[in-house]
Amino acid sequence: MGEAIVVTSGKGGVGKTTTSANVGTVLALQGKKVCLVDTDIGLRNLDVVMGLENRIIYDLVDVAQGRCKLNQALVKDKRFDCLSMLPAAQTTDKTAVKPSEMKKMVDQLKADFDYIIIDCPAGIERGFRNAVAGADHAIVVTTPEISSVRDADRIIGLLEQEKQITPPRLIINRIRQHMLKKGEMLEIDEIMNILAIDLLGIVLDDDGVISSSNKGEPVALNPSSKAAQAYRNIGRRILGETVPLMAIEEKNGFFQRFKSLLGMR
Amino acid sequence: MSLNHPFVTIKGRKDGLVLVMDDSCAYNDLLHELKEKLTMNTNMYQKNGPDISVKVQAGNRYLSESQREELKQMIHTFDYLKVEDIHSNVMTVEEFSKKKAQERIVPIARIIRSGQKLSVEGDLLLIGDVNPGGTVIATGNIYILGTLRGVAIAGSLDDGKHAVIVASVMLPTQLKIGQVISRTDDEERREDTINKHIPECAYLDGTIGKIVIDRMQAVLKKHNLPYSLEKM
Repeated sequence: MGEAIVVTSGKGGVGKTTTSANVGTVLALQGKKVCLVDTDIGLRNLDVVMGLENRIIYDLVDVAQGRCKLNQALVKDKRFDCLSMLPAAQTTDKTAVKPSEMKKMVDQLKADFDYIIIDCPAGIERGFRNAVAGADHAIVVTTPEISSVRDADRIIGLLEQEKQITPPRLIINRIRQHMLKKGEMLEIDEIMNILAIDLLGIVLDDDGVISSSNKGEPVALNPSSKAAQAYRNIGRRILGETVPLMAIEEKNGFFQRFKSLLGMR
Repeated sequence: MSLNHPFVTIKGRKDGLVLVMDDSCAYNDLLHELKEKLTMNTNMYQKNGPDISVKVQAGNRYLSESQREELKQMIHTFDYLKVEDIHSNVMTVEEFSKKKAQERIVPIARIIRSGQKLSVEGDLLLIGDVNPGGTVIATGNIYILGTLRGVAIAGSLDDGKHAVIVASVMLPTQLKIGQVISRTDDEERREDTINKHIPECAYLDGTIGKIVIDRMQAVLKKHNLPYSLEKM
């Protein structure tokens, strides 16, 4: 029996889909059977980030409305045999699926997979309730910005009311080292003080995330990227290992010192 | 009807009249006799003298709101009489439980997050934080063992102006005590309180009609303690 983990944030654009894709990928790298579920009906992205857009035949709404079987809608990843994706529909909207139908689908998936990663849409309405309906655990994604932390707080409050979900864990995304150093960004401690939930990991801002997203390849596959290391650590923590947090400090190499001499960051 | 034992006894005191009422007779008899006695004695008082204060002691008789009003009106038909207080030893179960609810302390251990609203009757003892966007409301005082970053509304009933709000770390977006709302200065307070973790108390200063936040020690040193702290 697998576990279903919903990835949510409240606010849009903080990296839910990227996180879902990468967490799913690192779990698959560890040999787990993983299914990614995109619940952002009408604004699906996960398939694009995974580079699987052209393989979609049926989607989540087709399954919910009985036009196909669940297995028919699953898209197998091109890199990993153990990684699949259940895409969202692009033509309707969130009201096309009921939370009870979502729960049924996720329960069905739990029989076949070790981990079901549910990518939640932004907002707290129907889409959120759909995504949360079948989940056992929750990951809240936030960035070190006040607005995103505020929304994360709201989402945590809503998740705490869902009795079947274990206490949510936090990923702080897009940490910019140079801004943190200058005190222009919320510090991790400050965020933890307000949100007061367990920290699952921190992900440094990395240009590689965007470029690999555009290529349809999760950044986690490129081991030299800092973000990839962060996602791999997160994956290991989900599997129950104790992994220390990554150091945020940039190493001051010769080139770095040279750049700062010239007033570049 | 009241040959052996009068239903209403009028006592004169330095500060006015006390009407002691029998609590075992019928209410109508009482009214009747009260009117009679007051009329009888009407010539005793000087026409242009000052108003005479009247205290009614109803003993163990329950007086409903309308009966109280009726009594008051009847006494007020005599121009020079002014009802100051109607005291009865009896209250209904409903009134009592309402009063009891107002006076209890409600302990709650949780974090009030953005978008959440916690409302209690009585005093709220919150063990945990109130995050920005969260609201706590109490009909009485609010004590927070944690950080107050959201909105706190104390004394939410009509007569709530004596309520206080105490927090281990006071960084509210807004405070409301009774009918007065205040917000903290945009820049000023943030840094020092967050770093020093000093418990603070907010109360309504009657002389300036504004909410004042001060360190607990400073509040306790003052002679004009907030009413609800003085009671303790």
